[in-house]
Amino acid sequence: MRVYFDYNATTPLASEVIEAVARASRDTFGNASSVHHFGQQAKAALDDARSELAALIHGDPSEIVFTSGGTEADNMAIRGAAEAIEPTGRRHLIASAIEHEAVLNTLKALARRGWRTTLLPVDDSGIVAPDRLREALADDTALVSIMHANNEIGTIQPIAELAQLAHARGALLHTDAVQSLGKIPVDVRALGADLLSLSAHKFNGPKGAGALWIKRGTRLLPTVTGGKHERNRRAGTENVPAIVGLGVAARLAGGKLGAEAARVAALRDRLEEGILGGVPGTAVNGARGSRVPNTSNISFDRVEAESLLIALDLEGIAVSTGSACSSGTLEPSHVLRAMGLSTHRTQNSLRFSLGMFSTDAEVDRVVEVLPRLVEKLRGLTQKPVGARG
Amino acid sequence: MSGGVDSSVAAALLAEQGHDVIGLSMQLYDQAEGQSSFGSCCSIDGLNDARRVAAAINIPHYVLNFERQFQEQVVSNFVNEYVAGRTPLPCAHCNGDLKFATLAERAESFGAEAVATGHYARVELLSEDEVSSKARRYVLKRGLDASKDQSYFLFSLTQAQLARAVFPVGDRPKTAVRAYARLRNLPVADKPDSQEICFIPDHDYRGFVEKQRPNTRRAGQFVDEHGAVVGAHEGVHRFTIGQRRGLGLSSSPSGTPMYVLALRPAEQQVVVGPKSSLERTTLQASAVNWLIDTPTVPIRAAVQIRHRHEAAPATVRATAPGQATVTFDTPQIAITPGQAAVFYDGEIVLGGGWIES
Repeated sequence: MRVYFDYNATTPLASEVIEAVARASRDTFGNASSVHHFGQQAKAALDDARSELAALIHGDPSEIVFTSGGTEADNMAIRGAAEAIEPTGRRHLIASAIEHEAVLNTLKALARRGWRTTLLPVDDSGIVAPDRLREALADDTALVSIMHANNEIGTIQPIAELAQLAHARGALLHTDAVQSLGKIPVDVRALGADLLSLSAHKFNGPKGAGALWIKRGTRLLPTVTGGKHERNRRAGTENVPAIVGLGVAARLAGGKLGAEAARVAALRDRLEEGILGGVPGTAVNGARGSRVPNTSNISFDRVEAESLLIALDLEGIAVSTGSACSSGTLEPSHVLRAMGLSTHRTQNSLRFSLGMFSTDAEVDRVVEVLPRLVEKLRGLTQKPVGARG
Repeated sequence: MSGGVDSSVAAALLAEQGHDVIGLSMQLYDQAEGQSSFGSCCSIDGLNDARRVAAAINIPHYVLNFERQFQEQVVSNFVNEYVAGRTPLPCAHCNGDLKFATLAERAESFGAEAVATGHYARVELLSEDEVSSKARRYVLKRGLDASKDQSYFLFSLTQAQLARAVFPVGDRPKTAVRAYARLRNLPVADKPDSQEICFIPDHDYRGFVEKQRPNTRRAGQFVDEHGAVVGAHEGVHRFTIGQRRGLGLSSSPSGTPMYVLALRPAEQQVVVGPKSSLERTTLQASAVNWLIDTPTVPIRAAVQIRHRHEAAPATVRATAPGQATVTFDTPQIAITPGQAAVFYDGEIVLGGGWIES
């Protein structure tokens, strides 16, 4: 039995998505910019997907620009807005310290080009306090980028309140909703955001398709230049089959959001209780009361997460040590560090993330296997340093 | 799995024999540095190659981050040795203190019963009858391919470490290893052998030591065997006993080439002289690891004092716990502190230690 508990890295495709992508790959091969029948078919498929996605996030189809995924959407939002706003004299960007690398490294790149950047701290539960944003906002703040839900610990940020503060100082608010869409309701109007990034493969859609929602009237310069695709906002022939898959995934997510969230939350909570009760020296990272329903980040005292991850994989259980994008680095999780956790604890933490195909039997399996593996690894770390085996 | 042909074939052979194989690679230095100087760093390519081989032979593969341990157990020793006027042997430290220690423990925690590497060496398990006062249970032997033998770098393995060590390519010639890699279509079949110190891809060990320990670059003097100053240099760490090239000295008045005879870090002196003065008959070894019972009487052995040295007949005396004195039958050139002295009986490693003087 293989257990996949790494839905925050990527999700398996829903069967309806697989069929739709296959069908579109076969039948809708036209270039959506072409005048003829084949082009029209492709354009119609894009329009359908755009409408499905707009319905899910309560936006307007004309506000949606398809991208290659969440990272490109984040880049487009921040670079595109920064470049459009620069002539007004605003040269300051704000993000939280727990953003995804797609946001953090984009800010760093702009900092090298003369932008001032401020990273907001989070409290020990992984939430950005609105007061910290209030203090950081300046007259020349162009854009504030705060993720809706965190990828490593799942905490949900108070976007609506943060957006109000940003707007009061004339700044835009961008939110990376890659990890919230499909897990909790995402309503762009209620959030009050100006820009919102999303990615299909995090909610049972295909990889290589994402979108940036751009509130009507928001000025943005294109970061990918070329032809007049996507209303001149993102050049490049659209990946029609993947975008069709995104549309189907959006429809599925919208259809069963409430029931599915409750089901996954029950599994996650049972997993969490099973681990906390079955393995001594464990603790949950991040605000338990304000998390997406599928994510649990747990510290295992006196165990190197890297070793536990491998031991679990050899038992057929797939989890992660945080962001899949930062695996292979020695750097402790920047999210857990920003929460003020000790270096030791940041290297002891595993992320379990569940989803559409997760079952009770899988939870049982993990709860059964973990105590033995942890005990074995702890036995190892208790040997004196330098002892030969 | 380093991504080289030897460890790749080792893994492929074991998998083909039906063993349950887990591929492990060690990440030993910061990958981010490699990104900024793309193409100059072998490690990322190596890890990628290891991953491709693991996929080709259908085994799980993991990269373990040992940057801290490698720095503490191998790199700092390497730097300290040069600063102390010695010539380090980092591969032997890596084998004994990291691969067959930290890595082996980690593998054990994943349920592994043994650790296999691509070394050209052999381990044999003696039967109860064969275990005698002369040989203990596990025997370490030279690789079958004498030109590739790496037993010299493995002398510090204890019986407990040898009990879990497997060297699948040790009983094959290198040509056969490459042929097997081609036969199995391993993506590294034609990769060149690695020759250099893996953590110094530009081969500039002097620059590496100076970067790690900026205050080592200090002016000093070349002196001859009688103490007369014959020139100036930029730090004793830049020299190795037996070195002739790169001294920046004109040869002696008689025209004989000058060699480094000794390094005196305390005085910042490099002693130079003619080749004949490099000849020595005895050496002292420390941290001696005996793979046989510690001999109570002097024994005869062939003793190898560096990787490319032909083991020479000698008498070895265990003088105190962990100490040994080696007396060669004929004088040897350039006995170098920091290198290993490994004692052989034919192909069998009897023991070895670190050359102190």
